[in-house]
Amino acid sequence: MALPAPYDEMLDPQGQPRPHCRGYADWLARRSTDWLAEKRAEADALFHRVGITFAVYGEDEGTERLIPFDVVPRSMPRSEWTLLEAGLKQRVRALNAFLHDIYHGQEILRAGLIPPEQVLGNAQYRPEMHGIDVPGSTYAHIAGIDIVRDHEGRFRVLEDNLRVPSGVSYMLENRKMMMRLFPDLFTSQAVAPVEHYPDVLLENLKRVAPAGVTDPTVALLTPGAYNSAYFEHAFLAQQMGIELVEGQDLFVRDERLWMRTTRGPQRVDVLYRRLDDDFLDPLAFRADSTLGVPGLLHAYRAGRVTIANAIGTGVADDKSIYPYVPEMIRFYLGEAPLVDNVDTWILRRPDELAHVLAHLPELVVKEVHGAGGYGMLIGPTATKAEIAAFRERIVAHPERYIAQPTLALSTSPTFVESGLAPRHVDLRPFVLSTRDEVTVVPGGLTRVALRQGSLVVNSSQGGGTKDTWVVEDAPAPLETLPC
Amino acid sequence: MLSRTADHLFWMGRYLERAEHLARLLDAHHRQSLLPRSAATLVTNWQATLDSLSQSAAYHQVHGEVRPDAVFHFLAFDREHPGSLVSCLQAARENARAVRGTITAETWEALNAAWLEARTLTSGTSPEAPMREGSAFLEFVKDRAHLVHGVITATMLRDEAHAFLRLGSYLERADGTVRLLGARWSDETNTADWAVVLRSLSAFEPYRRLYREAVSRDRVTELLLLQDTMPRSVHRSLNQVNDYLQAIARNGRSSGPGANAGAGNETLRRAGELHAQFHYARYADWAPQLGAPFFTALTRRLEDLGSRIAQDFLVPMSTGVEAA
Repeated sequence: MALPAPYDEMLDPQGQPRPHCRGYADWLARRSTDWLAEKRAEADALFHRVGITFAVYGEDEGTERLIPFDVVPRSMPRSEWTLLEAGLKQRVRALNAFLHDIYHGQEILRAGLIPPEQVLGNAQYRPEMHGIDVPGSTYAHIAGIDIVRDHEGRFRVLEDNLRVPSGVSYMLENRKMMMRLFPDLFTSQAVAPVEHYPDVLLENLKRVAPAGVTDPTVALLTPGAYNSAYFEHAFLAQQMGIELVEGQDLFVRDERLWMRTTRGPQRVDVLYRRLDDDFLDPLAFRADSTLGVPGLLHAYRAGRVTIANAIGTGVADDKSIYPYVPEMIRFYLGEAPLVDNVDTWILRRPDELAHVLAHLPELVVKEVHGAGGYGMLIGPTATKAEIAAFRERIVAHPERYIAQPTLALSTSPTFVESGLAPRHVDLRPFVLSTRDEVTVVPGGLTRVALRQGSLVVNSSQGGGTKDTWVVEDAPAPLETLPC
Repeated sequence: MLSRTADHLFWMGRYLERAEHLARLLDAHHRQSLLPRSAATLVTNWQATLDSLSQSAAYHQVHGEVRPDAVFHFLAFDREHPGSLVSCLQAARENARAVRGTITAETWEALNAAWLEARTLTSGTSPEAPMREGSAFLEFVKDRAHLVHGVITATMLRDEAHAFLRLGSYLERADGTVRLLGARWSDETNTADWAVVLRSLSAFEPYRRLYREAVSRDRVTELLLLQDTMPRSVHRSLNQVNDYLQAIARNGRSSGPGANAGAGNETLRRAGELHAQFHYARYADWAPQLGAPFFTALTRRLEDLGSRIAQDFLVPMSTGVEAA
């Protein structure tokens, strides 16, 4: 099956630069391949030096890899961003309202909009959270919403990440890298800044401290230096000036959370955790977890410490719940969704299952609990045998799957072995919430599938990243810069 | 500051210093190997060095008898050996990585870049002919150690993090100088050898400025033990250890659950006592006691200080009040 021609982020169907990136495209056209290759090598060397790397398990000690960085940015005109931003804020407000609701009155279930067993029977639903009031009724303080663009150029939400979304450090480091490599571009282009992200995050985390705490201590909980996202944890802790703690640094006493310091125990009021629910408290969740803090849930339920994101947010970003988010927006906010979902078939519904089974070679089928590009069938690129095998798994457990049309994800010119070539991209903006305010720094993390034709952008599957620019709709042309 | 963070900083300081010390020590051997002397003497010297580093057993287990090239490789390049220079550099870097949010980005980058480059420079070295490029590598390590110290001085806040980092460095430095003197303290060691020791500790020019006389064992030992203006002397290192320990103790302690208000008092007293002995020493009084047992006893006291610091400030306390 042939997919429709994808939308290109930089070039219009005639191959001409879109108005917002005319200046840049012109500048880029005058750079040689060798020069770009030099810049890329410079970037790689700098990333190694700064240690923006992730450890690879099971390889030679000290082996650390880079997530490939592309020197060509993905840019977006401000008018499009403004629309997308409004849609993101709306969506995350609804998701937070949903989380509050299902752990309190469950009105959305009583209204019959979502089958109760979909929520209450979900492995990510935490009964321990029922009836607990979290500060500001905010559950997903930090959300990473994965956005794609279809062949008509419309933004669609592919996935919500409400547990421990990662990648924001790459958004910030990619920008720093671009400014270091191409300072002249930034003096002549008005690229919306993203550097204030850690400040907003810290302010927000302080605001959700337990009632009565005036000068809250915030700490970031990491699984440790060998976690693949450790760089990001250390980076964010440093940028916010807060302690980077591991489970072994913390203990609970008298319903309060303490960290072991050189001066004795010190209170922790807000815990920005980068550890999944399952590992947070061996007394409440997985008993074999050595990464968490015994008794943490107890202190949390007593309201003596705030955890961000809250425990139990995973139920709202589960792929089985995703199809209902537009309903949530209508139900809680009384608004029409500003950014649509990708059309989705829910295979627990017999008629939708029948349709999907009849069209498997054209569709993408996803396991509802899968993550990172695993447990997924991409019909158009799969072999007949792979499709047949997947069909059996679907028929056996249809409730474990959803299906979507194969999207012709938009492309962006990318510097690859053969020179500049279009590659598929997505976008993960980071949405920060408190009771009164939802903030999105302009842009986000653009992930790019570096293999030609590939639609999988996950870094675990060979994806790279790009800097993401929000620029004026039709900026003044660039000064003629020396090549 | 987190106890675990302090622990990483302390060991980052120690391992960086240990790597630098090994570079200096190996450099001394390299220079000595250029002087005319018997093969037997070279072997004796290497054996003394292995002993002073407490690495003799580990070496013999892997390589058997002492061969200069093999020892050099073992102490400089062997990634399998945790006491080698490259292993120390890696340990310093791993500790820094664990606290990269606490040290400045410049400090982290300087150390990480040194480690990356050292990996490249030392890949493919073998116990057969390690010394050919070895000398350049030792210079590289010294340069980078100086760079990292400079970056720390130029960029880091003079807070607790800095104090723990420096505390580790200076305790290790005192230890290194004591062990080096112990290994060289024999009647065989001649004027040329002592000059090599001076050069390896960047102490040759200071010696000339201070003494204006021929290099002799007594003057060299006096300089490296007691001269408090001499950067790598034991006395000066103990000044620093004492100062940073007091700065850390001055911060006071909280009264949360399991807090121990008196932690560190005995450690401070012992550090102060040791320092005072150096501060008020006269070389002439010490000279008759100098010898292997003296240096070994000194090494033990420094070890005691290190484990007490770990106990009082670094190892996370038990949550129980009973641990107080």
